[in-house]
Amino acid sequence: MKKNWPVVALGAALLVGLALPLATGASAPGFYVEVLLGGLMTGVLYSLVALGFALIFKASGVFNFAQGTMVLFAALAVARLAERMPLWAAILVAMAIMVALAWLIERLVLRPLVNQEGVTLLMATLGVTYFLDGFGQIVWGSDIYKIDLGIAKEPVMVLDKVFQGGILVNKEDFVSAIVAAVLVAGLVLFFQKTATGRALRAVADDHQAAQSIGIPLNRIWVIVWSVAGFVALVAGVIWGSQLGVQFSLSQVALKALPVVILGGFTSIAGAIVGGLIIGVGEKMAEVFLGPVLVKAFDLAGGGIENWFAYVLALLFLLVRPEGLFGEKYIDRV
Amino acid sequence: MFYRENGQFKSSYASDQQMLPILQDRVFMLGLLAFAFIAVPFLASDYLFLSILIPFLILTLAAIGLNLLVGYCGQISIGHAAFMAVGAYAAYNLVLRLPQLNFLVVLVLAGLIAAAAGILFGIPSLRIKGLYLAVATLAAQFFMDWLFARVKWFTGYSSSGSVSTATIEMLGWKIDTPARKYVFLLGVLVVFTLVAKNLVRSHIGRAWMAMRDMDVAAEIIGIRPVYAKLTAFAVSAFYVGVAGALWGFVYLGAWEPLAFNLSLSLNLLFMIIIGGMGSLLGSYFGAAFIVVLPIFLDQVPAMLGVPIPTALNSHLQSMIFGALIVFFLIVEPQGLARLWAIGKEKLRLWPFPH
Amino acid sequence: MTGEVNERAGRIGEVVLALEGVSLAFGGVQALRDVSFDVREHEVRAIIGPNGAGKSSMLNVINGVYHPQQGTIRYLGREYRDMDPHEVAVSGLARTFQNLALFKGMTVLDNIMAGRNLKMHSSILLQALRVGPALREEIAHREVVEGIIDFLEIQAYRKSQVGRLPYGLQKRVDLARALAMEPRILLLDEPMAGMNLEEKQDMCRFILDVNDHFGTTIVLIEHDMSVVMDISDRVVVLDYGRKIGDGTPDEVRANPAVIDAYLGVSH
Repeated sequence: MKKNWPVVALGAALLVGLALPLATGASAPGFYVEVLLGGLMTGVLYSLVALGFALIFKASGVFNFAQGTMVLFAALAVARLAERMPLWAAILVAMAIMVALAWLIERLVLRPLVNQEGVTLLMATLGVTYFLDGFGQIVWGSDIYKIDLGIAKEPVMVLDKVFQGGILVNKEDFVSAIVAAVLVAGLVLFFQKTATGRALRAVADDHQAAQSIGIPLNRIWVIVWSVAGFVALVAGVIWGSQLGVQFSLSQVALKALPVVILGGFTSIAGAIVGGLIIGVGEKMAEVFLGPVLVKAFDLAGGGIENWFAYVLALLFLLVRPEGLFGEKYIDRV
Repeated sequence: MFYRENGQFKSSYASDQQMLPILQDRVFMLGLLAFAFIAVPFLASDYLFLSILIPFLILTLAAIGLNLLVGYCGQISIGHAAFMAVGAYAAYNLVLRLPQLNFLVVLVLAGLIAAAAGILFGIPSLRIKGLYLAVATLAAQFFMDWLFARVKWFTGYSSSGSVSTATIEMLGWKIDTPARKYVFLLGVLVVFTLVAKNLVRSHIGRAWMAMRDMDVAAEIIGIRPVYAKLTAFAVSAFYVGVAGALWGFVYLGAWEPLAFNLSLSLNLLFMIIIGGMGSLLGSYFGAAFIVVLPIFLDQVPAMLGVPIPTALNSHLQSMIFGALIVFFLIVEPQGLARLWAIGKEKLRLWPFPH
Repeated sequence: MTGEVNERAGRIGEVVLALEGVSLAFGGVQALRDVSFDVREHEVRAIIGPNGAGKSSMLNVINGVYHPQQGTIRYLGREYRDMDPHEVAVSGLARTFQNLALFKGMTVLDNIMAGRNLKMHSSILLQALRVGPALREEIAHREVVEGIIDFLEIQAYRKSQVGRLPYGLQKRVDLARALAMEPRILLLDEPMAGMNLEEKQDMCRFILDVNDHFGTTIVLIEHDMSVVMDISDRVVVLDYGRKIGDGTPDEVRANPAVIDAYLGVSH
């Protein structure tokens, strides 16, 4: 690799930043671990949203700006439907809705724009975002809704022998992490072992070649968007149970963009790793770096988390645009 | 038969290259300008000024700025309201700390500061493009949001984080009434439109368009990509910065940090998509559309006897925007400006069908 | 035609461009292997070879689009390996493209004017006001471009969007844009691909006129053997990224390695 040192420098800076609060003794180890875990949990959420992005981009080359809104849409569907039926039924109905949504998007948006450049498709998904935003609020309402998964909400104290005072951990967070892991494992199996999965990988490699061996492109895209919809649903349910969901051009939903930048647009592993890095990074920055900056520059409060992920992504774009696990793109004349 | 070019021969390159080569276009434009400058200030109501004309003029300026970058130079930016914020806060601080400056000077300086920010945040475009660049521009948006909300110096240490501005006074002329604001803004917009038109048909404009259409080929024929991209960012940010200053001072009067948030950025993008990317006229159309649509959705159903509640109105707006973006991208990627051009073509042939 | 070639031989000058030991690889694919040849001022130099031989990559290396792993390019006494394409352009090398690479969003006139960009230097401020030096510059360069438009006989299309023109005319616009740069050396990548006989004759005429009137050195990739043999002074033959022949058209035509390469004898 020609320009290795900026990547190394960036990585080193991040690791140093990560270790500083512990090394300087500025924070109790127990608290540090709590913040770390909190960041990891947020990171899991980001990873799930980014997973949907990566799937769609991998299989259809489309950058789905609307992924975050789809997560919210799915979450709100479950939340509102669960008011009238048992949770498992609500989830099934919501899944059906997401599949229908996938079909509609493929038919009305993707197919007519099939040969356009990425930026055009990005803007089209921007349009889809706005449409879903308005439509979702009309259908599901604008307030904050919570999803009750039936898991106990009180945090549990663990490892009080190792760390003074122990660490508070949320049971729900554990469940979320496990669900996410199962989902990822399932997706990996799906892509590697099933015929449909192989077809999806073929399409990601070369649309025309895949078509020429008889893979039905349109159906593949519906499948991919449905899978992404399913991932969005899982992400939405977890989100809804932890934080409550409300329609908004949500920063959290957009946060998945820096995640795929870090991880590489076409990599599932990258979406996971990128999400965790961003989740931890911004939590750490907010909790430990924030107060330092506030004191140094006499700021009116923190809020570093609002931009940390994007600036990190920007730095990554300048030194390693293909992300940690993505593929390099060569421009030919 | 009146929109024919018969007999209008050009005998010099200068006349061939002029802005409005067809006589009928020149007559129409002069008439329109006369109407806009002379008649409208007396005919329009305060409501028309405040709700439609004033925001329309400022947003058109911003849309032209964004169009220069996205439509002409092909660099995507989904965080452009950040530069409006830079312009607005720069103007605010200049007026606060150097109150003796003429407001036009303040505008130009605010624009230059925004241009500097544009160059800074345009640097990523030298290495990345397309979707990746879009995410980088989001970094600009969120960072600026934070910067102006948290760094107290920018807001003059105001406790609430909001700022308010006094009426603009230039050369003894107070710009206080809606009609005066309108004329001032119209003057600024006309000047800026002329400048944009000049840039676009000059060698810098061609360099921008070459970068948009095929950047590798552009470099091979001798166009410097760094210069082309950064000047596009700079000029675009200049326009948008001035628009931001005008938005804060003339339209809003007082604003809080989130006045220039992602929503505004996306609205600007919608304006140029619907209006027509790579077209100055399209910027006008797009801005007009965005300003008029909410009012249309407000008033027309009420007039037809089926009033729509405000909340539903804004949701419907989102749906219509979204649907229209997709519609225009599929059916007419060059937006309303192209439809206008097609209309003019048909007018040239009228009353014949072809 | 041969008589004209002999006339031209008298005008051919010193070596103006030389490639020495150029090797280029993309990942695992070796596009060029240790290729060396030179180009003399005012000559018409053809590069031929079977498909995939590395001819376009060769031009891309000269243009600075690809940077070879090994070897250098010597141009006007200056050696380089990784010059930026626009620097190469400014120093006097222009190029047409196999797949056109025209600016689809602009008119024919604007496309050709874009070729003048490297000679237009008025500041942004002056351009914004379009007064004095900026306006004079715009008109002066427009005159030059109109001269090229006359030369290539495309006057009727100057205000058309290039994307709407037939293929043959687009190729002429591509050539016009390169000529607008007033290059010392003109690199033509299959300028006659996809043309019928008449269009080819026109294009040949234009290329030879450029070489005659402006003294521009021509480096030409072409598949049509009759064209190559007729108008070139010297020919380089590439196969699988390697040079297998270099000399006058007659010498190359008789070269057994070249014959093998084209007949597909495995090697």
